[in-house]
Amino acid sequence: MLRRIVGDLPLVLTALALTAYGVAMVYSAGQTDVRSTATGLWQMQLFWVAVALAGALVASRLSVRVMDWLTTPAYVAMLALLALTLILGGGAGTAASTKSWIGIGPARIQPAEFAKIVVVLMLAKVLASRREPARSLLDLWLPAIVVFMPWVLIMAQPDLGTGIVFVGIFFAMLFWSGVPWQLLVLLASPAVSLILSFSTWVWGAWFLLLLAFVFYHRPYLLEGVSIVTANVAMGVIAPMLWDRLAPYQQNRLLVFLDPSRDPRNSGYHVIQSKIAIGSGGWFGSGYTSGSQKRLAFLPEQHTDFIFAVVGEELGFIGVMVALGLFALLFLRTVRVAERANDPFGSLVAFGLLSSWFVHVVVNIGMTLNLMPITGIPLPFFSYGGSFMLASWIAVGILLRVSMEGRGRAGRLAI
Amino acid sequence: MSFHPHDVRRRAIAAAVLVLLPLILLGAAFFRTQVIEHEQFALQSETNRLRPIPLPAPRGIIYDRHGRVIAESVPGYSVSIIAKNEDSLRVTLEQLSNSIELTQRQIDATVRRYRAMPSRPALVFSDAEFDMVSVLEELRTDFPGLVVQSAPKRYYPDGAAVSAFVGYTAEIDERELTRPEFADYTAGQQVGRDGLERSYESLLRGREGTRFVEVDARNRIVRERGARTELPAESPPPLHTNIDLDLQRHVVTLMDTLQGGIVALDPNTGGVIALHSAPGFNPNRFIGGVSFQYYDSLNTDPRKPLYNKALKGRYEPASTYKLATAAMGLELGLVQPETRMPVACNGGISYGGRYWRCWKRDGHGNVDLRGAIAGSCNVYFYQLGRQIGLRRLLAGGVDLHMHERSGIDLPGENPGIFPETIDYYNETFGPRGWTEGSVAMNLSIGQGENAQTVTNMARFYTALATDGHAATPSIVKQDVPNRVKVLNLTPEQMASLRLAMLDVVSSRGTAGSAQVQGIQIAGKTGTAQNPHGPNHAWFVGFAPVEDPRLVVAVMIEYGQSGSAAARVASSIFERYFRAPTAPIPVTENLE
Repeated sequence: MLRRIVGDLPLVLTALALTAYGVAMVYSAGQTDVRSTATGLWQMQLFWVAVALAGALVASRLSVRVMDWLTTPAYVAMLALLALTLILGGGAGTAASTKSWIGIGPARIQPAEFAKIVVVLMLAKVLASRREPARSLLDLWLPAIVVFMPWVLIMAQPDLGTGIVFVGIFFAMLFWSGVPWQLLVLLASPAVSLILSFSTWVWGAWFLLLLAFVFYHRPYLLEGVSIVTANVAMGVIAPMLWDRLAPYQQNRLLVFLDPSRDPRNSGYHVIQSKIAIGSGGWFGSGYTSGSQKRLAFLPEQHTDFIFAVVGEELGFIGVMVALGLFALLFLRTVRVAERANDPFGSLVAFGLLSSWFVHVVVNIGMTLNLMPITGIPLPFFSYGGSFMLASWIAVGILLRVSMEGRGRAGRLAI
Repeated sequence: MSFHPHDVRRRAIAAAVLVLLPLILLGAAFFRTQVIEHEQFALQSETNRLRPIPLPAPRGIIYDRHGRVIAESVPGYSVSIIAKNEDSLRVTLEQLSNSIELTQRQIDATVRRYRAMPSRPALVFSDAEFDMVSVLEELRTDFPGLVVQSAPKRYYPDGAAVSAFVGYTAEIDERELTRPEFADYTAGQQVGRDGLERSYESLLRGREGTRFVEVDARNRIVRERGARTELPAESPPPLHTNIDLDLQRHVVTLMDTLQGGIVALDPNTGGVIALHSAPGFNPNRFIGGVSFQYYDSLNTDPRKPLYNKALKGRYEPASTYKLATAAMGLELGLVQPETRMPVACNGGISYGGRYWRCWKRDGHGNVDLRGAIAGSCNVYFYQLGRQIGLRRLLAGGVDLHMHERSGIDLPGENPGIFPETIDYYNETFGPRGWTEGSVAMNLSIGQGENAQTVTNMARFYTALATDGHAATPSIVKQDVPNRVKVLNLTPEQMASLRLAMLDVVSSRGTAGSAQVQGIQIAGKTGTAQNPHGPNHAWFVGFAPVEDPRLVVAVMIEYGQSGSAAARVASSIFERYFRAPTAPIPVTENLE
């Protein structure tokens, strides 16, 4: 009976454990010595967990075929909603100046969180419909457009974090669909050029490497030429792009390279986060008693920097438990993708995995200044209803794919 | 798309590796931050939240010889502000000035203290009135960085009576902070100014303690106590002085309407039993910053209360110096106590085409040394001075430290003015502008190029009161008195000088009105000529003559005649040897 409802018990247990851990940390994040907006939020978060579990149940009741069928209308609706958000949307909390939230009745939701799932579904549908894996970049025009349209709308909010997640999803799902890795390298090369162009020497070395790779791999002539041209173009326009960035944006990137250059403002968050984590030691200062958090040195302790609270209060052990749970979740999801009955379900599973994975690595990396601050929340931990609901809908979809997967199909009720 | 199970299997393995690798790297990064670099971050976390608040130490208590308090520390309040930066400090201070009295000068001073030491709470008031403290306590929630704490405050129970030697304390200033002797001081701390507070600063200063308050990211105090164990402030052991407060108070009363300096010494140890400069000032008014009005009133007072007339003021010693001349004559063998001079005193003597007057118009007649001292005969000493000669008069004065400081353990003492060689006269008047005879005659009666502090004269008389040893005056009790033999006379010669001085305070002498029944006082009057007004009056002496236990030097500005000073001195002797109440027993270990 339990198996009929739950389907993939280890997956659900892992997700539940992460959620419980997360709610506990949201509670702790509200336990401060100074007045904080986070104080009562754990109750809201519990409510959102209930909503999210219901959402997961509903999602797990939809068969993969129905999902497939719903994908295109959902994608169109999502584009419309994202466009609407740009027009009507508003900010909230620390992201007050952006247009990421939209009100539906009394509730305010972040359409971008659900857009991730819809993009995964649409990309899976497009990639699954191809009989042959892509052999050239030209074959990828349709998947690229599927991702590009919502990406533009989200970047316009602006929501850099979600934009990065989209890119991650795109590459991960191409990889899972069987696109040769060489092609992915070529596809990614202009972006690498853009980043490396800060130094002519580094960029030059990269460019020579790329040329060698192109000669070795021998793509189509047009393709090879356009990739090389794109790399040169990126190297040339990078300084111009840099000059066009607002000073605060430049500062953010510079501070990522060296937080101490601006310890009071831009570098403050990450410095305080590292202090909180480092002071935790092996076992932490004890649940709810982290001083960096209690005394408000730690910024955004209930959302973006909630993992710093884990590090400060529960120490290295607590961090390893969280990382271990995430590793379990990821490996279990890879298993779901591997055992899925059809390419669509498999691609959906892997796409959802990649979305989580980018969130986890970028968010946790950010707390240690290994990643720039982009405002990406941590799945199951960060306070927020939309993301909790989206994460559990993903769990629900995975359960369904898992239940319909190899060796299980016969037992399905629908 | 290639979804052959083999391909999927291959990609799943690759995916698992690609997923786990970053997680392992993250784990390693956390290990580095949390385990390897833990100490460093734990320290940063502590400095983030803990603000050390200095706990000022009470200064050492200063006792008189009977264990009565001269200086103590009483409870007071200090007000300071923990600020994130200079701007927020200024804003807080501006807001505070709406509720309490806070001048722009005080605001600027607070900001200066903050700049000097941003890690310490910026001190606003080192000595806040209780009224202000209660107002501030109510404002605490509006000013979360405000630190109001008890701070010991210096108090001198006898106030002006001890102002000549005790000094006062004040906040250390920026100039002092740059000096190496104040290397371990910081802005806002108290330091001794003048008097004992200055000269014994290193013994009186306690060790500052620290308590830690916990602050939040905006520097608001979240927890006052218990964030970390406090380092309590330590006060130093007390300072025991030779001062007899009872006598000191009596001296002050005597000088109530007079101005001048008084020093009373124990001739055997140099211990200062009383020291006063009249008029005094109230050192308590200087604690926590002297008000402009009070300071101005002291500065414009023509009697100059801030000028220490016992340590700094230099006066012609006049006839009190005749004992030096007499001692030199005896030491050189030029005279004996019975020796008379060739010319008897009949009111004056002619020399160098000038008539040198004695103070007594009718003359002293043909007196011997003892009579000359008793009657203070100038004519006798003119002749003796000429016999000694200028060079020996100068050398003798130098031997008596007339050109130096007495060495009392107080700051700001002036050295005596006395020429060390005759070169002085050549340089000052030109080789032909003076004659040895006239200069020697002037010097021999304590006039001319000779000006002494009251303290230095008292020191000289300790030699006369003992076996010829001059004792360095010392306010604080010394284990070993600092004594130097300055008079090389036989006991008989010493006794004869003392007898002569006893005659001074008798019906035969110049201070007959200063006699006290039952106490044999020996001394010498002096009347220093003052071109600016009435003459200054001197008396330096000791008692009892058989076994002197107290040397008193009195200098009354504009006192007209030495006998006035002698009467003040005799009252001091009387008080000291016949205290109306029994002296309080000595309590050595009054902690």
